[in-house]
Amino acid sequence: MSVLRSALIPALLAAIALYAQWQDVDVFPTFVRGAKAGLRTAVGILPTMVGMLTVIYMLRASGAIDLAAAVLAPVFQLLGIPKECATLALLKPVSGGGGLALGSEIMQRCGADSYAGRVAAVMLGASETSLYTIGLYSGHLGLGRTRYAVWAALCADLTAFVVSAALVRAFFAAGA
Amino acid sequence: MLSAIWVAFLVLAVVCGAANDRLEQVTAAVGSGAAEAVTLAISIAGLMCFWSGMMELLRASGAATKLARLLTPLLRPLFGRAAGDREAMEAVSANVTANLLGLSNAATPLGLRAVDRLYTLAGRRGAPDTVLTLITLNTTSIQLIPSTVAAVRAACGARAPFDIMVPVWGASIASVVVVLVCSRLLRPLFPEGK
Repeated sequence: MSVLRSALIPALLAAIALYAQWQDVDVFPTFVRGAKAGLRTAVGILPTMVGMLTVIYMLRASGAIDLAAAVLAPVFQLLGIPKECATLALLKPVSGGGGLALGSEIMQRCGADSYAGRVAAVMLGASETSLYTIGLYSGHLGLGRTRYAVWAALCADLTAFVVSAALVRAFFAAGA
Repeated sequence: MLSAIWVAFLVLAVVCGAANDRLEQVTAAVGSGAAEAVTLAISIAGLMCFWSGMMELLRASGAATKLARLLTPLLRPLFGRAAGDREAMEAVSANVTANLLGLSNAATPLGLRAVDRLYTLAGRRGAPDTVLTLITLNTTSIQLIPSTVAAVRAACGARAPFDIMVPVWGASIASVVVVLVCSRLLRPLFPEGK
């Protein structure tokens, strides 16, 4: 099982490359083209991260995040979400960059392999920037209203966060 | 909205910092936060580049198109009469596939094209259910390889950055199910006024 798990990523990479070779793709130049697009994304998020992470560090230093976490803790405790991640649940639906910045701050402070650090990572991976997405699409079409879309999306986000915490507890119960 | 939140955060940092007598630390945080953001962005750039390259291989080898074709029968029941329109369903499948593969640069233009076609099919007025289905589906996308999060985990010293994959899939699938069920249940409460 553990061999299988540790083989997954390298084997997947090899399989993708082999398949592309077999399909007569000019493998390395194609990889480089894709990697360039990835670099553009990474460079593109840098200013957002600077804006967001700096403000989050300021909020942390001022004691505002601890205050917000303390206020939110009872509600989130009920849902099984660790109090460190409560503020992340509020920020992620609005801002992808802000979510990534706050999530990485939680991972850094609590440890990437800690319970809260893992929950933060799974929350980030399992949710989208819902409200931004609805705004983007309805703005593109010029929709006057979006009826139930916001409610359905927020319910789904809440589900993603609660299930994230539950699954991290189930998968990494042994600690670490 | 985002601007308002950002401004509120800044003001809150000053007010809270003054109240807690921690303005000194808040000032220091400006430098350390900005520096940390650059460190983080640089340390995740490598893994982001690499996975983006691998996903480009999947796209170029035709695997993405095959996956899209496999997904079409699963997606068809969600779109009612629009499911009969080939152009709409092709765009919808391509959008969902791009989300699955984490091709975020490609997913948005594909999604906008799909939603445009669905809106046209519905007569371009109001907020039709088919359009809202695709929009809400895009607020909950499932990603097969959560590479950005894995990159951040790696940058923060995780022993096995990808070991969160199964929980990510589980939570994503749960949220997709909830968004579809909620949309269905809420529909009668938000009638489509013409």
